[in-house]
Formats: sequence, structure tokens, C-alpha cells
Amino acid sequence: MQANHSPLVKVNAVAKRFGDVSAVDDLSMTIHPNEVVALLGENGAGKTTTISILLGQQIPTSGEVSIFGHAPGHWAAKQQLGVMLQSAALPDNVTVKEQLRLFASYYPNSISVKEAVETAMLTQLERRKIQTLSGGQKQRLLFAMAIIGNPKLVILDEPTVGLDASARREFWKCIRSLAENGTSVLLTTHYLEEADALSDRIVVMSHGKKVAEGVPAEIKAKLGGKRIRFRTQDSLAIIAAVVPECEPQLRGDYTEIFSTSPESHLHALFTAGIGIQDLTLTGISLEDAFLQLTHANLNTQPINKDLTA
Amino acid sequence: MSALPLTPLTLQQRWSIFVVEAQTELLKTFRTPAFVIPSLLFPIMFYVFFGLLFNSAGSQAGNAAKYLMATYAVFGAIGPALFSFGVDVATDKDKGILSLKLVSPMPLSSYFAARILVAMIFALMIIMSLFAVGAIFGDVTMTRVQWGATLIAVLFGTLPFCAIGLFIGLSVSGKAAPAIVNLIYLPMAFLSGLWVPIHLFSSSMETLANVFPAYHLAQLALGIQGNSVGTAWYLHAAALLGYTIIFLALSARQFKRIDNRR
Repeated sequence: MQANHSPLVKVNAVAKRFGDVSAVDDLSMTIHPNEVVALLGENGAGKTTTISILLGQQIPTSGEVSIFGHAPGHWAAKQQLGVMLQSAALPDNVTVKEQLRLFASYYPNSISVKEAVETAMLTQLERRKIQTLSGGQKQRLLFAMAIIGNPKLVILDEPTVGLDASARREFWKCIRSLAENGTSVLLTTHYLEEADALSDRIVVMSHGKKVAEGVPAEIKAKLGGKRIRFRTQDSLAIIAAVVPECEPQLRGDYTEIFSTSPESHLHALFTAGIGIQDLTLTGISLEDAFLQLTHANLNTQPINKDLTA
Repeated sequence: MSALPLTPLTLQQRWSIFVVEAQTELLKTFRTPAFVIPSLLFPIMFYVFFGLLFNSAGSQAGNAAKYLMATYAVFGAIGPALFSFGVDVATDKDKGILSLKLVSPMPLSSYFAARILVAMIFALMIIMSLFAVGAIFGDVTMTRVQWGATLIAVLFGTLPFCAIGLFIGLSVSGKAAPAIVNLIYLPMAFLSGLWVPIHLFSSSMETLANVFPAYHLAQLALGIQGNSVGTAWYLHAAALLGYTIIFLALSARQFKRIDNRR
């Protein structure tokens, strides 16, 4: 038994190349007991490749990975791990209970079908054939299959993709009740909102690299900004003087600023007596935020800056 | 958290996983009557047409019925082996079910043993039905040892076809698998002399039949009743063993290419 403070998962300088394409580049991360870690990134950021490496499906080109002190894919690692894969579907013609009983049999210390069904909010559905379940229910069945082995760590690869808002909320409840029981969770997502709602720590990936890591509040401050766009008679220099941290830019007739606290920045602009017309406030896409973050990390100016020169 | 004893799966645990896996597979299969009923009826229907009705006008009553009972038993038994592995494994692979099982602690041996069992239960049902039809309507008479030996030979003779099916299942998509399996199964059945006795073929086709595992299994079954072409039984058995090893090795290579990225 490991001491409680030593990490369950250690990833050290891992890279994975497919021919000329670098899927994961110099990634280091850890997962500790009782911790929910979100791997946040766009499609193609290297999240699923990272998961595949942790599961032993892919051998990293370089770097080291250990999971519960074992190599990925080792039987002792598998026995302590629950997995929900992105592409996995379920067989038809089998009931919820039969499918869970099957997966319970694989693990030496599995919990009861009843317990798994309760955590996954599938009570009353045990006798239903899988093909009669809704998308959200199927997803929660895959979740129940991931937790039935009483794992120390559950890996969920894009668990809520394709679910509607209410099904997603229900799924979040399941993840929360799992985490409350002290199980560690690694989940991948491309929703900042989801990472924020569920995790203790967010690792942001972009183009195979880790571009940020921190508690949700920090990451949200970096990624969760809004774009404020308006027309004004006042010059860019004046606006920059009022809100210097927002990097104002000219886009044709419009002035754009990027803000992580739009209320206070707008207040500052109004107070300074800036004449504002055609005001719009939009959330920026995660992709734009990543771009911003990647550039901020490299200590360079935003790409758009030279347009204003 | 309590300290959990971590040990590799014991034989007893592997056995109980195999039992649950086999139960689940059987439930799944027998809940698809559209697969079960044709699989069972097809060889029996063929046998009734060609083995009984067609040959009832023949000279030595009972011998043609006996000969074709063995070859249709082979035909009936290798179908489920090819389909259970070829089509079902391809579907499991496509749906990501196989990937999910591979990252779980499930022992691969239990998964395969369960599939082999399902294929063999099918084979057993088909062989027993053919025996019954042959004995009752075809006046087939054999010694008790011959009946038993035919059953065992054909039952275990499905193993190379499990291996071939596995290779197909791992190599092609779930949609293509039924077509590919049929493309191999039906011509091989004909050219191996499962539908029409091999000695009615030209000698060059008789020689060609040696490349098909189904031919060797049929000769093995026919040898028991003294109707084989005369090659020693162990050569046929060796050919079947060779096919099993070759396709298992090919399958092992294909296996490494499975992962959850699509």
C-alpha cells in the first residue's frame, strides 16, 4: 500500500510521435489520491493519446509513465483502474445487470451491482436490455462498468460528449458522488465549464503540449475571458490607458478588448467617459483562449497585435 | 482505504470469469433467433436434400447417407466457429467493446474460451441433429465407438476454424465480416467435398482440396467410418494443427493493432 501523499500516476516528460506528427510532446503530470484532474483541450490536443499511453495501448516514444508504481498495462495497474473509453459502445441483447455482472467478474474486489447502479443513477433499469436505454443512460452504464471494480482511479475519456445539457448534469452528479467516496478521477473534456464544475485541478493541453495547469479558478481566469467589442471616437491609446491589462486592438471600425472581468472593465471605460456605441460582449472560444494562453506562455505578443500597428 | 491484496488472477478466478463470460455470450447469441435458427437448419436442410432425398434412389442404401452425414456435420460445425469468431469479434472490435475489455483485468483466455464454447455448443447441436436425422431417416448404422469418435473429431475440429475466424474478425470491419466469412466458408465447403463427395471431382480438384482445412477435417471424420480417400489420419490432424498455429500467429499480429483511436 502506498502512502497517501505519493502520486497514483506519474507522467514524466512523455512524448508520442506518429511518423512526423507529434501527438504528445514533453508532457509531465501527476495524479494524487482523492483528486479529480481534468485534462482540458480541443479535439486533437493529445488528450486521448495521453489516455492511451496511461492504459498501455500506446507505447510512448520517450519519457516515463508509472501507474500505481507499475508500467501501464500491468495486471496490478489494471486491477486498480476503471476506464471509460471515448469510442466504446455496448453490446445489444444484454441487460444492464448482466453487463455489470460480467465486468464485476473481472475485478477481484468489485462492488455489488446494486451499489454501482446506485452511483450511476441506473436504479429501476437493471433488467432493461441495453438497446432500449437512452444515450445518457448508456453513458452512465459505461460509467458503472468503469467503477464496478472498486478502482482507486477512474479514467473517463470525454464522458459527456454528445449528451444534452440535462444528461450532462446527471452525469456530473455521478462523477461527484464517486469523488466524494475518495476515488481519484482523470477526465478529459473540451468544455471548460465541465472541467471547472468537476475537478480539483485542470491540466490544459494544446497541440500535444501542456500549456497551463492549476486550480479551476486560475485556469478560468486565464481561459474564461470575454471579448468586448464596440465603436468609439476615442483613440486606442486612450482606451489602453484606461484598461491597460486588456490589450485593446483595432478591428476595422471596431475596438476589441479581451477581459477576464468584463463588468469592472466596462465600468472603468464608462467612468472614464469613453463614448461607446454598438457594444457587444461575447464569450471567446476555448480555441482562441488556448491561442492566447500559448502566446502568453511564450511571452510574445498576441498575433493580432501587428494589425494595429 | 483498506489495503487490498493484489494478486494475479488465480485459476479459480479465471474459471469463474470464463463461466460468466460464457453465460453472457450464450444469452446474447440465443436471444438472436434470426441467427440461431438458420444456423441450425441450414446444414440439416442440405443434408435432407442431398444426403437423403437425392440418394434414396442409390444402390447401397445407408452408405451415401452415412458419408454425407459426416461431411454435413463438418459443414454445420465450422459455420458457427467462423461466424462466432469472424463476425462477433469484428463487431466487438468495431464497437470498442474489445478495447474496453483489453484495458480491464479480463484475462484474454477467458474471452476466447467463452467464444470457443459458444461455437462448440452450436456445433454440438448441429452434429446431434444430423446424427438423429441420419440414424432415423437415413438408416445410418455405425458402432458406438464410431458415433462417439465422429462427434469428438468434428467438435474439436472446429478449433482451426475458430482461429481462421479470429483472424478475419481482427482484420476486417464488422460490416464486411459476414460477407468475407461467407466468401471463404461456402466455396471452401464445396471444394472440400462437404456437399458432394470428393471422389466425384476431377483428380486435379481432388488435389486442390488439400489446401483447405475443411477437407482435412472431413477426411478425418470419414476415416472413422472407413470412407476416407486413404491418407493416414495423423496427416490430416497435422494439417489442421498447422492451420490453427498459422492463424493464431497471424491473429496475434493483428491483435497488436487494436486500440481505441479511430
